[in-house]
Amino acid sequence: MGALNSLPDEPQYVGLAEKTGFSFEQIGILHKRFKQLSNNGETLRREDFNTIPDLLCNPIRSEIIEAFFDRRNFRQTDAVGTVHEIGFGEFLLVMSHFRPPSIRLDDEQKEVIRTEKLRFLFNMHDTDNDGTITLEEYRHVVEELLSRSGALGKETAKGIADAAMLEVASISMGHMEPDEFYEGITFEHFNKLLKEFEVESRMNIRFMNMDTTTLCK
Amino acid sequence: PLSVSLSLSLSSVFPGFHLIPRLSSIVPESCLLITVGLLVGGLIKLAGEKVPPVLDSKLFFLCLLPPIILDAGYFLPIRPFMENLGTILMFAVVGTLWNAFFVGGLLYAVCQMQSAPSDLLNLELLPCLLFGSVVSAVDPVAVLAVFEEIHINELLHILVFGESLLNDAVTVVLYHLFDEYSSVGTVTVVDAVLGVLCFLVVAVGGVLVGAIYGILAAFTSRFTSHTRVIEPLFVFVYSYMAYLSAEMFHLSGIMALIACGAVMRPYVEANISHKSHTTIKYFLKMWSSVSETLIFIFLGVATVDGDHSWNWTFVTVTVILCLVARIIGVVGLTFIINKFRIVKLTTKDQFIIAYGGLRGAIAFSLGYLLDNDRYPMRRMFLTAIITVVFFTVFVQGMTIKPLVELLAVKKKQEAKRSINEEIHTQFLDHLLTGIEDICGHYGHHHWKDKLNRFNKKYIKKCLIAGERSREPQLIAFYHKMEMKQAIELVESGGGVKLPPSVPSTVSMQNIQPKKPPPVERALPQIPKGREDEIRKILRGNLQKTRQRLRSYNRHTLVADPFEDGWSDLLLKKSKMIELEKKMNNYLTVPAAPPDSPTITRARLSSDPQTYQMKQMSDSVPTIQVDLASPQSPDSLSLLDELQRADQRRELRRRPPPDEEEGGLMMRPPQARGGDQGEEGGPSAKEQRLQRCLSDPGPSAEDDEDEPFLS
Repeated sequence: MGALNSLPDEPQYVGLAEKTGFSFEQIGILHKRFKQLSNNGETLRREDFNTIPDLLCNPIRSEIIEAFFDRRNFRQTDAVGTVHEIGFGEFLLVMSHFRPPSIRLDDEQKEVIRTEKLRFLFNMHDTDNDGTITLEEYRHVVEELLSRSGALGKETAKGIADAAMLEVASISMGHMEPDEFYEGITFEHFNKLLKEFEVESRMNIRFMNMDTTTLCK
Repeated sequence: PLSVSLSLSLSSVFPGFHLIPRLSSIVPESCLLITVGLLVGGLIKLAGEKVPPVLDSKLFFLCLLPPIILDAGYFLPIRPFMENLGTILMFAVVGTLWNAFFVGGLLYAVCQMQSAPSDLLNLELLPCLLFGSVVSAVDPVAVLAVFEEIHINELLHILVFGESLLNDAVTVVLYHLFDEYSSVGTVTVVDAVLGVLCFLVVAVGGVLVGAIYGILAAFTSRFTSHTRVIEPLFVFVYSYMAYLSAEMFHLSGIMALIACGAVMRPYVEANISHKSHTTIKYFLKMWSSVSETLIFIFLGVATVDGDHSWNWTFVTVTVILCLVARIIGVVGLTFIINKFRIVKLTTKDQFIIAYGGLRGAIAFSLGYLLDNDRYPMRRMFLTAIITVVFFTVFVQGMTIKPLVELLAVKKKQEAKRSINEEIHTQFLDHLLTGIEDICGHYGHHHWKDKLNRFNKKYIKKCLIAGERSREPQLIAFYHKMEMKQAIELVESGGGVKLPPSVPSTVSMQNIQPKKPPPVERALPQIPKGREDEIRKILRGNLQKTRQRLRSYNRHTLVADPFEDGWSDLLLKKSKMIELEKKMNNYLTVPAAPPDSPTITRARLSSDPQTYQMKQMSDSVPTIQVDLASPQSPDSLSLLDELQRADQRRELRRRPPPDEEEGGLMMRPPQARGGDQGEEGGPSAKEQRLQRCLSDPGPSAEDDEDEPFLS
């Protein structure tokens, strides 16, 4: 199963390759995976993700799955809301956020990629699509992260989220009057916050060029 | 012993070089130390005395080297190390092999050339290879000494440093191999295969030995809650034993030491007290500094003292070959490695890695160990080694700093780790693992996640005492941060004008969602800036509070307020609550801070409305104290109670900013939304305070309503 079979839908792949930057081999492998998850159907639904056993142990699995169905990640400008099912194109588009940047990029392109990845993260946090991450949403994130820790979780999560929010506000706003209210983290603030975070080099996974047999069912 | 102490005291004087700032910014410390050694050696020689063979290899390997390596291993940043492990191993193993063979082989070729002086012709291949292996190992001591001062970014630092640590196994194997072979005289293919096998055994064996001792140490530390004073001893003893055991079996002692330190650290740190942790840290730093100083000085002395046989050809060829081999090796390996890396190594990185390949005292000591009879060329070897060491340390060491500036290599980030970054690091970990699972291949993150889960489930339970075993990393980090802030505050004397860590005037008030209060309660506002300061002061107060509390609890040691910290909080919160109830009876005692929480509770229960309004307190972390609900708030709640107790106390005393708690707190919990502070508070509170003092007991509760209405 190591050899490359003739890739179906070649013209379609060309378009996808251009849009997402994957190579043909990578697209072929992901397509196979897509078919596997969707039981050879054309579209993928949320329930199909339940067939992945390892994903069940993941504390933020619901956010991850939602990210696949979030229109904001489909690279269409000004699209909001969620869809119920996605096709292979959208699947690939979401995956392309995790592609490692090529080494030959100049600084401007790196900045673009960085912004893209940060945008993806931002969208994952901002569940109500209003463009800001409110305290409640942030709390939810921290709660989920700590959801595996049992009883300690809820209260501490609140505290941690509060502290984190305070930090963001401090960094972004500097000086605030006592009766001013910090609405939430906008994308610019988010950007500023994670400036040192090096998202472009950390938010990557290795996409296989060769088909391996270790596909988890 | 006299000479040892003499040299030690001498060496401790030499850090005085730091007083000459100009000098130390140009010349790295290691160079200075070697120069000093040279001077000292020269002096002794002039005095006509016989220099004690201070760089006795035994002394070096048994006493001087372990502290440095342990220091390095214990404080090894595990995350970047593991992420780059493949690269590091490649450099360490393949790189060192390449260097050894290249240098050894070419040296032999040079020696065979007709134009070479006659004595060189006698040099056979195997001694050359042996020499090559000795001189090709990048030295951790030298790398540490030089890289410490140039502050390059984490990736490069860990690459070069990791390589220097791990190539010990290769060096040991090659050294012994060639040693054996040269006595035998001939090498067969079988021997070569055996050599490879030997290498695997040495490396893996060393790591295993270290890991076993590390686990033992972690396990022991679990039970040391009653013997806090000797906790550091366990760490040191177990590590040293790991080193010795490995050396005894001719395994790689350095790798054992590193494995031991790295394995035991997360568990030991969770178990031991704060004081022990500090002790370990400072002892390790002290020992490693002293060792490093001594090593360099002795190197200088031995240079002056040792009998040298200078051979221009040999030495210069060696130096050149070392450099060339290093450069070719790094470039070639990076080419291969970059195919597998996500974050590729740029040319700049490669240059720094190549340039950072410093040789040091280990090479010299290994050379020293050579048997004089079998290697008539020993003196020549030693001279060459010393020259190489000097060259790399002086020339490369001195010029690397300007080069780093020139090439604008990314420097180390000095920024403190913020909690947002921590949250997102964890978030990203889970996200990437999830995406890998969706993609369907078992990648890097998948295995890391599995290991973490395994760790959490089984290992932590065994090795960490008590409640700490279930504490997730985020919470642990958060606790540490809070602790640090509190400590900072106390250390600075709790000054009123303490600037917040992020200079801003934003406070919790600003981020709370504004919800219309169900009942109109207009609590006066605190001026913005004060809140932050106050909070910080209160944290400091909190520690003192706890200290006093503790003195009622403990019979043994004088309690350190930071002592068992959070774990004890978790464990003893119920005890504290009981204690406070008892304290309630001693209301008239001025220094009776524990009263406050109890009174708080009493008050809370008497004024449920206030309580309901409270969506989140404005001190972090929040608590939900609800007397009605028996399930206690979590660990932080108690802390919070005391904090707020202090808070109230502090606000009361605002006119004279004085940390000493005096009397009872009677401010109600700061209401949520934070838009209610306490400004008109002080006067009302003073009144209450007086009333309280004169009228202890439940009557204090009557005052409850007042602040809400004023």
